[in-house]
Amino acid sequence: MEFDTEEKMKTIRIKDHNELFQEHDYLEQFKNKREFEAPWPKGKVNEIAEWTKTEEYQEKNFARKNIKINPAKACQPLGAIFCSSGFDGTMPFVQGAQGCVAYFRSHLNRHFKEPLAAISTSMTEDAAVFGGLNNMLEGLENAYTLYHPKMLAVCTTCMAEVIGDDLNAYIRTAKEKELIPKELPVPFAHTPSFVGSYVNGYDNMMKGILSAITTGRKGEPNGKINVIMGFDTYTGDYHEIKRLLKMMGVDFTLLSDASAIFDSPNTGEYKLYPGGTLLEEAMDSINASATIALQQFSTMKTMDYIRKEWNQKALVLRAIGVKNTDFFFEQLSKLTGKPIPQEIEDERGRAVDAMVDSHPYIHGKRFALVGDPDQLLGLVSFLMEMGGIPVHIVCSMGDKKFEEDMQSLLVESPFGSEAKVYAGKDMWHLRSLMFTDPVDILIGNSYAKFLWRDTGTPLVRMGFPLFDRHHLHRYPIIGYQGVLNLVTMIVNCVLEEMDRKTIDTASFDVIR
Amino acid sequence: MSTTIKDTQKMIEEILDAYPEKAKKERARHLAANDPSGQCSTCKVKANTKSRPGVMTVRGCAYAGAKGVVWGPVKDQITISHGPVGCGQYSWWSRRNYYNGITGVDTFGTMHITTDFQEKDIVYGGDKGLDAALHELKELFPLAKGIGILSECPVGLIGDDIEAVSKRVAKEFDIPIVPVRCEGFRGVSQSLGHHIANDTIRDYVLGKGTLEKTTPYDVALIGDYNIGGDAWASRKILEEMGLRVIAQWTGDASVNELGIATKAKLNLIHCYRSMNYICRHMEEEYGIPWDEFNFFGPTKIYASIRKIASHFDDQIKENAEKVIEKYKPAMDAVVERFKPKLEGKKVMLYVGGLRPRHTIGAYEDLGMEVIASGYEFGHNDDYNRTYPVMKEGAVIMDDATLYELEEFTRRMKPDMVGSGIKEKYSYHKMGVPFRQMHSWDYSGPYHGFDGFPVFARDMDMTVNSPAWSLIRRKK
Repeated sequence: MEFDTEEKMKTIRIKDHNELFQEHDYLEQFKNKREFEAPWPKGKVNEIAEWTKTEEYQEKNFARKNIKINPAKACQPLGAIFCSSGFDGTMPFVQGAQGCVAYFRSHLNRHFKEPLAAISTSMTEDAAVFGGLNNMLEGLENAYTLYHPKMLAVCTTCMAEVIGDDLNAYIRTAKEKELIPKELPVPFAHTPSFVGSYVNGYDNMMKGILSAITTGRKGEPNGKINVIMGFDTYTGDYHEIKRLLKMMGVDFTLLSDASAIFDSPNTGEYKLYPGGTLLEEAMDSINASATIALQQFSTMKTMDYIRKEWNQKALVLRAIGVKNTDFFFEQLSKLTGKPIPQEIEDERGRAVDAMVDSHPYIHGKRFALVGDPDQLLGLVSFLMEMGGIPVHIVCSMGDKKFEEDMQSLLVESPFGSEAKVYAGKDMWHLRSLMFTDPVDILIGNSYAKFLWRDTGTPLVRMGFPLFDRHHLHRYPIIGYQGVLNLVTMIVNCVLEEMDRKTIDTASFDVIR
Repeated sequence: MSTTIKDTQKMIEEILDAYPEKAKKERARHLAANDPSGQCSTCKVKANTKSRPGVMTVRGCAYAGAKGVVWGPVKDQITISHGPVGCGQYSWWSRRNYYNGITGVDTFGTMHITTDFQEKDIVYGGDKGLDAALHELKELFPLAKGIGILSECPVGLIGDDIEAVSKRVAKEFDIPIVPVRCEGFRGVSQSLGHHIANDTIRDYVLGKGTLEKTTPYDVALIGDYNIGGDAWASRKILEEMGLRVIAQWTGDASVNELGIATKAKLNLIHCYRSMNYICRHMEEEYGIPWDEFNFFGPTKIYASIRKIASHFDDQIKENAEKVIEKYKPAMDAVVERFKPKLEGKKVMLYVGGLRPRHTIGAYEDLGMEVIASGYEFGHNDDYNRTYPVMKEGAVIMDDATLYELEEFTRRMKPDMVGSGIKEKYSYHKMGVPFRQMHSWDYSGPYHGFDGFPVFARDMDMTVNSPAWSLIRRKK
């Protein structure tokens, strides 16, 4: 910063880290600091940097079995908390060590830029030895007395799972001791962090909640459709599904409506429970005529439970891309007997019109993708509809089934022939792939920006978490409106990149 | 007892009424009305004890303190989050410990590296996998100067022997492999993680680096994690004073710097909470004196510069005055520009480490008053350093809960609140101007002469954003 005169200080632009550390003084400081760092010679560093881009490195990289490097994956309880916070008046309650809850909350805060309350039972060494019963009892009493929830939804951290806490017995004891009211719903789910990922945590918690609160409530059919979004972190999707179902005239219950808590209006008041799926409606979900889920991998056990225990028709209808959305409406229409209204047909027409208009910039472009299983299946389907070529598909939390599902999707289109599916691999694997077999566009979450930096491949930010761009999660990616948003994001990313690359050439076009 | 103290105590009692009996009794010990004179016996808080289950503490865990705070920023060593995948994911590059280097080649700070425990690791143990993981990392990152193994909860519960694995592999690789027993269930907060991390620095790297020559002016900058470049801004001042900063802990630190700090003539510690342990060790074992300082806001910076210089000869003392003279006009100009917009504004702080007390002076430089302050994981010695710098009747809170923070805010009506990401958005909903004082809300630096203008600008935009006035409240 130049501090010549006081007068100047009043008008000067204050420099923060973005500019400050590119100033001469600091560049000198950094150079001089190397004296104490015992650094490798620059030549050696460059040599290794280049080596990491080679086939030889890729081979070593893919040979590793015991370490994950930049995986796009997080643990079960995060999904469980996300699931339970979508129910009205519900406090997520986590049995285990307290740092986990601090992490879950901050992770979701950073993505949504919204508050999230969640309880920890703050287990420490003594709980490790004696079990977490006392923590659970005091925790339930304190949480209920202080925060007045209508439901406490219990899940676990790996600590409680390793020591084998008996949630069912603990909750029963709390009620017997009258620390919490007997009628207070306290569903639970075991969500070990060392099994699966947050898609499974979501699934386990949903099943836990539904099975607990619908017990004994089988009665007259209510004629409704249950809708489960899965671990969908686009609040825009929740608004969108509600809009579409209303347009169709479908009576529905959205099971876990995350848009209430993660997209609440600013009224100058902080509401601990700003809404969500009403518990009475959730309790009656057992009497719906069918359940549809918009994701498969985050609802497997729940859907299985609904089919078997509720004897309900339970369909997975992924609504990302045109064909998926077409199928979604066809099935919904079939299930409900309601025709697809002209407004929705018009929306389809507009989305397809946009695709046709933008196709020259996406057709033939090669893509790398990293993300969650269901979103990847939707996005790949959409890209192929536009003539895009998926090349590297990385799903850190993907399993064999994901691999098979993706393969069968890819063989349906000639644009799928180049693709390779990497289930269980991470973004360091993808880094190698992007060096040895470069692509035009990368699709991934905010952490994929390191790949953007290292390989220079433009990044379309999609998925979870999205930390470094604001409000993207407010725009739906499902339905025909979602198609329109996807086209817009992808084509404009291509065009931005084109501008950057042609900035000093005659190709710097204004009209495209 | 003064009326201001009594009023505050009454407010605290009212707030505590919502708790069940046991929790109420316990929480009462952690909330107090301040008495800067130290005479009031009921005006001290209890600290560093277990959080009550179910009250919604803001605290994190030992892993967060060891990996997130102390070891994570060391740039040229690989930090493994050893255990399930979540901990490393949630703490991935969230603290913005800036560094220079080529990530994935000679530095590794922004990488999330984990053994990603599966059920089989819980059942059969993770040591074998860890051994293999270390070998795979060595293959892929030959320039790593060390590898840290930061234990997550299950590792300690299933009885793995990561020390044995480390010892064996360290011999083979000839670089430090540091087992850090920072399982999240240990201790009551991040704080124990700091201590454990300090101890492992002591046991595995301290005294082992190379430094060709020494001078009478060699100092180590301790407890600055270079958040948004803080340590760089602090280092600049020390260097301008004529001191030679031979080690910077641990923001932008290299393993070598962790080793050579024992050659310093003086250890300068900014975040006392997280690194006092190693300073005490170096004092006892190597006879290196240490001193605390505060580089937030001109008043404290000037005083700290003089205090630091007092450890050295006249030349340094003279330099110190020159440095102050050089920057004073600019600092005055910053104050002149922002004070009129911030004068009289009331601030509530609830943070960790050093900030609940260290930033008070910077706010005061801008004419603002800190009416409440608290630590997530402070100890008694932190509070003893805080009481004298807060006004009489101010609220002191230890391990505050969401409920308490909301209640204090409602009753005390601060003009702005400085706390963390978990608090941020509930304040946005309340329409209370808020600044993240862990991460500087992705701004910074806030340390030093280059940091203060940024701090002042940020507090101004926080308090005076026109967007707050658009919030339409229900009547």
